[in-house]
Amino acid sequence: MATKRQTRQSGVPSVARGVGPTLSPRATLMQVALMIPCYIDMFYPEVGVATLELLEKLKVDVVYPFDQTCCGQPMANSGCFEEAQATEELFIKNFSRFDCIVTPSGSCTHHLRNKFTAVPDSPERRKISASVYDFVEFLHDVLQVREFPWANFKHKVALHTSCSAIRGLGMASMSERVNDPKFSKPKKLLEQVAGIQFVDFERPDECCGFGGTFSVTEEAVAAKMGYDKLEFIRKSGADYIVSSDMSCLMHLQGCARRLGANVKFLHIAQVLNGVAQ
Amino acid sequence: MSAVDQAKNAAAFIEDRTHEQHLDQLLWMMRTRRDEAASRVPEWEQLRDLASQIKEHTLSHLAHYLEMFESSAKANGVTVHWAQDAPEHNQIVYQILSDRNADSLIKSKSMLTEECETRPFLEARGIRVTETDLGERIQQLDNQPPSHIVGPSWHKTTQDVANLFARVYGSDKEKTDPVYLAHVMRVNTRPLIEQAKAGMTGANFAVAETGAVVTVTNEGNADLSANVPELRICSVGLEKIIPRNEDLAVFIRLLTRSATGNSITQYTSHFRSPRKNGEMHIILVDNGRSSRLGMEKFWRSLKCIRCAACMNTCPVYRRSGGLSYGSTYMGPIGIIMMPTFDAHRYSELPFSSTLNGSCTNVCPVKIDIHEQIYAWREVMEEKHQINLVKKEAMIVAGKVLSNPLLYRIAADSTETSLKVLPRFALYNHLNAWGRHRDIPQPAKETFHDWYKKHRS
Repeated sequence: MATKRQTRQSGVPSVARGVGPTLSPRATLMQVALMIPCYIDMFYPEVGVATLELLEKLKVDVVYPFDQTCCGQPMANSGCFEEAQATEELFIKNFSRFDCIVTPSGSCTHHLRNKFTAVPDSPERRKISASVYDFVEFLHDVLQVREFPWANFKHKVALHTSCSAIRGLGMASMSERVNDPKFSKPKKLLEQVAGIQFVDFERPDECCGFGGTFSVTEEAVAAKMGYDKLEFIRKSGADYIVSSDMSCLMHLQGCARRLGANVKFLHIAQVLNGVAQ
Repeated sequence: MSAVDQAKNAAAFIEDRTHEQHLDQLLWMMRTRRDEAASRVPEWEQLRDLASQIKEHTLSHLAHYLEMFESSAKANGVTVHWAQDAPEHNQIVYQILSDRNADSLIKSKSMLTEECETRPFLEARGIRVTETDLGERIQQLDNQPPSHIVGPSWHKTTQDVANLFARVYGSDKEKTDPVYLAHVMRVNTRPLIEQAKAGMTGANFAVAETGAVVTVTNEGNADLSANVPELRICSVGLEKIIPRNEDLAVFIRLLTRSATGNSITQYTSHFRSPRKNGEMHIILVDNGRSSRLGMEKFWRSLKCIRCAACMNTCPVYRRSGGLSYGSTYMGPIGIIMMPTFDAHRYSELPFSSTLNGSCTNVCPVKIDIHEQIYAWREVMEEKHQINLVKKEAMIVAGKVLSNPLLYRIAADSTETSLKVLPRFALYNHLNAWGRHRDIPQPAKETFHDWYKKHRS
C-alpha cells in the first residue's frame, strides 16, 4: 500500500501545489487546451460556451480536444483509484501535448494539479499537473485581465467560492486563517464588471454540501448544508449566486428549486463574458 | 459488528430540527469565538507550526521521551504502569482499586477511558464510578456516550438536561436555567466525591523532563478527582508526552483558544507527586498508538491535543451530531483515528466528509485531516471495505469515462442521459439526490455538440 502510493505522490511537483505554476504574464495568442468538465458538457453547456467565447475575446488560441471525458475525480474521490486510472490515462492522452490547460472548474483543477495520482508517475502526468489552471486563475494570474468592457451586470450578487478553489487552490483567503491578508481572485475579476453589486452573507466560505459523491451517499446532510447556505444568501437579498464551480451550483440549484427559492445561478464565466440579461 | 452507518444516523438527527439547529448554532459560535481568539494572537500561525514541530519531534523520538517521563515520575514518588491495550489498562486500574478495597471511584473526563470502556468494566466488578465533569455526568446518567470530546453533552438542550435531572434526581423539569441545573448536579454529586475511595483523571499533557501530568478543565473537577481521595490514578495515552515544561506554553496558548475561544481555562493543573500519605499511579497506555505511529500516512493524527476545533468547524459534524459516528472519537479527527481501531466497523466514516479542508486549517497542531480522510478512502477500497453499490457505480463510471465513445453515447442523448448520466454524475442513486433536491435537467445539446456545430 505504502509503496504504491509513494510512487504516485512523488510525481506531483512542489510547484504544482497551492498556487498555480508560472507562465509569462500578458501572453497573447497563446494556445490553450479547453477542458470542459463532464457535468458542464451535459447539464450546463452554456457555461462551456461562455468560457470559450471569453477566451476568444481575449485573443487566446483555444483548442478543444474532442475525445475528452472527465478528470477522474469522481472515482478517485471515492477511493476507487483502479477505476480512475483509465480515465486519467485518457486525460493524459488528450491533453499532455498542451502547455496550458484551462477549465472552468476549481474542483477539476484541484484534482488534476494536486490529486492526479491514480495513474502511475510519468513526465506526462507531471506536465498535466503543472499546466492546468482554473479559468479564474488563468484570467487573473496568467493573462492578468483587469477589465471586461463588454460585461454589464446590474444585479446583487452573492459570490460563492468553492472549497476546492479556496483551500485546494488558494484562489481566495480562507476564514480559518484569520491573520492572513484577505483576497479573492474571483471577486477581483467580477469587480470590474459594470453595475455589479456584491452582498455579504453569513459563513461565506462554509462548504455548500456538494462534495462529489457525498451529495448522494450523505444526501440528508448535503441537502441541509445546501438549504442553510441558501438561507444565509436569501437574508442577504442577493438576486444571483455566482460561482467559479458549477458543481456547487448544480447542488444549490437543486436545493433552491425544491425550496421554491427564486434566486438565480450563474457561472463566473457567464458574467465576465457578458451574459444575456 | 456491522459498519456504522453514519449517513443514516445523521439523517435521523436532521429530522429532529430542534437538536440539529441547536448543535449547529452552538458549535458555530465556538468556531467564531476561536476565530476571534486567534485573531488576537498575531503569531497564531507560528504557534501552530511550532506546536506541530514539537509534536512531530516527540512522536519521532517517543521511546526516549517515554522513558524520560517514567524515570522523572518515579523520582517524584509515582508508580508508573504500562498498558499495551484496553483490557490491560482496565485490569491494572481494577487491580489497584481492589488491592486497596476501594469500591468507589470519582473520575474526571477522559477520552482514553472512554476508548478503553473502563467505566463499564469497573462497574461490572462492583465499583461505583462517578463522572465529575458536568457534561460527562449528564451522559453517564442518560446512559449515552459523549457526543463531543470537549462538550460531551453539547447535543442536548437545557430542556433535555432538565428532563433528565427531573427523572433521575426529581428536580423541577420546568427549570431550564443552567445555574439551577448545575446546582442540582452539584448537590447530588458532591457527596459522592467526598466519599470516594479513589480518584481518576486523564491528562492533557505529560511532561517528560518533570514527570508531571497536566489537566486543563473549567469546573475544577479534575482537581477534586485528583486531590480529594488519597488514592489517585491517572491514565495517559502515549502520545500525550511533551519534552519540556516550556513546551507546555505553546500548547496551552493554542488549546483553549482553539476549543472554545477562551484564552485559558479556569484550571490548568500540574500534578507531580502523590499527596501526603497518598498514592499516585500513572498508567501509560498504548492501545494501538504505537502501531498507528508506524503508519506512513496516518501517524500524524497522533499529534492531536483533543481541542475539537475540527468538530466545531465541520459542517457535516454540526448537522449530524456526534453520536451518529458511533465511535469514541467523532467528527474529522474521529474519521481518521477510528479506522485504526477497527477498519471494518468504521469503514464508512471516511466518506462522511465533503473534503472541504476547514478542519485541517483550524487544527492547532496542523494535522492534515482532510488529506488523511481522502487517503483512508483508498485504504478502505484496498481492504474491500467499500459499499458494494458504490463500488459498482464507480466501476461503471470508470468504464464510461475512460471511453470517449461510450461517454458520448451516454452524454448525447437526452433520454439516455436521464438513465445513464446520474450513474456517474450523481452516483447511481437518482432517488437519493432527489429526496431533498430537484434533479438537474440535461441540456438539449451538449457542449461537445455545440462546439462541433459552431467551431469545427
